[in-house]
Amino acid sequence: MALRQIAFYGKGGIGKSTTSQNTLAALVDLGQKILIVGCDPKADSTRLILNTKMQDTVLSLAAEAGSVEDLELEDVMKIGYKGIKCTEAGGPEPGVGCAGRGVITAINFLEENGAYENVDYVSYDVLGDVVCGGFAMPIRENKAQEIYIVMSGEMMALYAANNIAKGILKYASSGGVRLGGLICNERQTDRELDLAEALAKRLNSQLIHFVPRDNIVQHAELRRKTVIEYAPDCQQAQEYRNLAEKIHANAGKGTIPTPITMEELEEMLLDFGIMKTEEQALAELAAKEAAKLAAATA
Amino acid sequence: MSQNAEKILDHQELFREPEYAKMIENKRALFENRVPAAELDRVRDWTKTAEYREKNFAREALTVNPNKACQPLGAVFAAVGFEKTLPFVHGSQGCVAYYRSHFSRHFKEPTSCVSSSMTEDAAVFGGLNNMIDGLANAHALYKPKMIAVSTTCMAEVIGDDLNAFIKGAKEKGSVPADFDVTFAHTPAFVGSHITGYDNVMKGVVEHFWDGKAGTVPKLERQPNNSINFIGGFDGYTVGNLREIKRLFDVMGVEYTIFGDNSDVWDTPADGEFRMYDGGTTLEQAANAIHAKATISMQEFCTEKTLATIAAHGQEVKAFNHPVGVAGTDAFLQEVSRLTGKPIPDALTKERGRLVDAIGDSSAHIHGKKFAIYGDPDTCLGLAAFILELGGEPTHILATNGNKAWAEKVETLLASSPFGKNCHVYPGKDLWHLRSLLFTEPVDFMIGNTYGKYLERDTGTPLIRIGFPLFDRHHHHRYPVWGYQGALNVLVWILDKIFDELDKDVVAGKNDISFDIIR
Repeated sequence: MALRQIAFYGKGGIGKSTTSQNTLAALVDLGQKILIVGCDPKADSTRLILNTKMQDTVLSLAAEAGSVEDLELEDVMKIGYKGIKCTEAGGPEPGVGCAGRGVITAINFLEENGAYENVDYVSYDVLGDVVCGGFAMPIRENKAQEIYIVMSGEMMALYAANNIAKGILKYASSGGVRLGGLICNERQTDRELDLAEALAKRLNSQLIHFVPRDNIVQHAELRRKTVIEYAPDCQQAQEYRNLAEKIHANAGKGTIPTPITMEELEEMLLDFGIMKTEEQALAELAAKEAAKLAAATA
Repeated sequence: MSQNAEKILDHQELFREPEYAKMIENKRALFENRVPAAELDRVRDWTKTAEYREKNFAREALTVNPNKACQPLGAVFAAVGFEKTLPFVHGSQGCVAYYRSHFSRHFKEPTSCVSSSMTEDAAVFGGLNNMIDGLANAHALYKPKMIAVSTTCMAEVIGDDLNAFIKGAKEKGSVPADFDVTFAHTPAFVGSHITGYDNVMKGVVEHFWDGKAGTVPKLERQPNNSINFIGGFDGYTVGNLREIKRLFDVMGVEYTIFGDNSDVWDTPADGEFRMYDGGTTLEQAANAIHAKATISMQEFCTEKTLATIAAHGQEVKAFNHPVGVAGTDAFLQEVSRLTGKPIPDALTKERGRLVDAIGDSSAHIHGKKFAIYGDPDTCLGLAAFILELGGEPTHILATNGNKAWAEKVETLLASSPFGKNCHVYPGKDLWHLRSLLFTEPVDFMIGNTYGKYLERDTGTPLIRIGFPLFDRHHHHRYPVWGYQGALNVLVWILDKIFDELDKDVVAGKNDISFDIIR
């Protein structure tokens, strides 16, 4: 099988790392050899697979050694759950340096030193939005073929998903990168499934899976484990397995996204009641204040 | 004032005139806040000690006078080796002025190279528009046949994607869709000029052989009897490549010089300005895929390029800038093995003449100690030659040398009794070399122009071989490869040795040693 490269993007705190690690743990059960490239300065993209936080990131070791050329692949690649190879780019402390360049440096190092050999899957887990050229590294030509956007029914997650689609579109015409689909991580907002499906459709994509909310994920995470490892027989583990199978079957089926304008997005949110019109919001505020006043005078 | 229009004094004399001497002295006393002369002397002497050397070698965060340049310099060097190819550096303007002037100072020739002139807005919004406008302007103004894009730090830090940008620029019509634009990411803060050279050469190979960034079918290799030759980053490229062509022609070898910049840096003064001259034709660059094998003269300049070529099914062979009898023997024998062409008598005769010359001068070089600094391959080639001459390459230093290089040097040193007390210093700079020269003195230094400060400081005579050579003219026109090249190197070394012999005579003391015969 040719090397398949995928990437997970999404708003910060949406559950990218949790979703990606659970999905990859399920993929490894399907007999796939996997390399994870964590592209987040927090270096938490491999914690559940390694059952511990990765200490030796590419950039922290490079900073110690003086330059990235002084590193060996073994120094930065750790083996986790069922042989999954784990690497973390790492990056600067908040407020200094350039995390985007760190991503470029780390990926170049891994590629040049043979980390991509003998694996079926390379998975990038990328922080937040596509905020700069560095964070677009995984969607350049000959990197990830499909991007999966992790989102939920919250307004900011939807904004981010649309922005990421814009980033993909920039590179889709010159390279082969495609939008693989949206993964909705349930937040139990109103009409969440409908909204996710509607957005996917507007973006010329699909909702590849709706991952329901289940506290077992938190239980597993507190033990630094994926649900697949912690409670393989529970329903949530089955959800991740379904997602893994869908992603596995989705090779070459990605699409060129059609991001929508801010106005269109806001209109959509209004339709779904996620966002309120100005009049609505003002009326509600007035009603709330009136009720408060009434309660105080009563 | 001491200047008058009839006889204008140059700076060398002018600043020694009394009023200037006084001014400079006042400046030191009143403005520079100098430490007392005695203290200055004390510290200066301390920096010559073994104690200081230890501290110097324990240095972690500071580099002083690194003997290397940055990737895009090597990128420009590689790019001008192709027919009517304009090097286009995507990034800030000042960087590109440096590459142009650096080469012009060495080759005493203009070096044409353009920049996409990124400024603050490009740093914020990405350099796509600079690429679009830059390619269009460069194509319209300078009418190249190919443009080779590389990058400066600025474009690299913000993560500009050359592949996507060039495709985008072509869609906007900056250059015709089928116009050859190769690209290589050359972040200046990674590696050195030899890395940049490698990246560009690899980019050219991939462009022509692997379907021009997905726009045409990949080439199908149909092996023929030709061989490719890659010189690597080389300050003697003008003389060397001409010598290599002569050797190949004498042997009757079919060959392609892959990256031939020997003409563009040696254009005649006949009234016509040649922005481009000579170079590997684009057709040759494409057809090079069919060659039987590729020889690189400098392994550490072509690591990625050779790996890419090997992946296309060719045999590849890398040398380390061979200088001397054994080095040239190995090179010619390899050429002969690959092509099936015997080494003709004419070359065997040249070899004999070189051996004769070495024999004639052996007494003067035997046992002499040398410090060699330069690019990794240059160091290896020169050290091997010094060992061959019976000299001792006591210190071998390359700022851009890595562990693998150091191991190679150690293997070389172990192969000769003259290498016994010699050491290799990968990743060290010229300030480290200064400590070495004070604590373990040698008879001569071999290296580029920057060694002249060390020569004055430590009193170690400098034999100028390497890149850049700014303060001597025309050396780049002479080869250092082949038996003829080795003869040139031998003569440069001997000239210095004899000059020093004469300098060592004190009038009235040992005049008998001021001999006219050496």
